[in-house]
Amino acid sequence: MLLIPCPWCGPRDETEFTCGGEAHIVTPRAPEDLDDEAWGEFLYLRTNPKGRCAERWVHTHGCRRWFNVLRDTVTERILTVYEVGARPPQAGDD
Amino acid sequence: MSGERTAIVERGSRTSIVVRGDARDVRFVRAMAAATGLEPPVAPGTTAHHLLDAVLWLGPDEWLVVSETQPGHALASRMQQALQGLHAAVIDVSDARVVYAVTGAHARDVLAKGCALDLHPRAFSLGQCASSLLAEVPVLIHQRSAEPCFELYVARSVGEYVRAWLRAAVREHLHASGGSSP
Ligand SMILES: [Zn+2]
Repeated sequence: MLLIPCPWCGPRDETEFTCGGEAHIVTPRAPEDLDDEAWGEFLYLRTNPKGRCAERWVHTHGCRRWFNVLRDTVTERILTVYEVGARPPQAGDD
Repeated sequence: MSGERTAIVERGSRTSIVVRGDARDVRFVRAMAAATGLEPPVAPGTTAHHLLDAVLWLGPDEWLVVSETQPGHALASRMQQALQGLHAAVIDVSDARVVYAVTGAHARDVLAKGCALDLHPRAFSLGQCASSLLAEVPVLIHQRSAEPCFELYVARSVGEYVRAWLRAAVREHLHASGGSSP
């Protein structure tokens, strides 16, 4: 069980949250201009890193707000949380 | 801890209005104060109350206005009028939820069986509220008094389930002599 620090509510159990997948995926402005390969890449291809991973989470059963989480997929340590729209903290920032 | 007997009290439905808006906008705060007599609290998990009315923090731009004296439609339309022209939303959810109260010396022990929130007085004090899970269903918990008394707002559709769960959870404490038993 992860203990996730919601930026508003503080640390809460993982069961209160829903993970929205990798963060910072930009929706194409004109999807109709993309070929199948580029569209497929947007829809399905993720970096899936071993180590630091920026993810979107929502506090479903708490304040219902979305935010970003920088999580280490090896150690399960949560390195930081930051607001939607902010740039991901760079390596070494923690 | 007091020696107050631990009990589950059904409080039925209650006037509950969800309001969304920007607490940094002074016009929103003024309109809320005019319509409800209360300003929306900005600190997470806090409440503001006046007699039997209260505003509970649900999120950074979302609150629940509850009242034991005013009908939902009257309060909601008064709020709607006051907030007209502002970027805000008012939704009457009075019929969506039921309220249970868990009171007495072992109230925290009862809730701890199904809720991961730290309800110890040093972490969760009088007047605080929190949305979380109780027995795996969504719940809004509000500490109404230091007795302690915790009020639980749950969806009406799971009200019977929560009631049965609370009844089972409180059973071992019903005949206990308060906080002094070993
Ligand atoms: Zn939260």
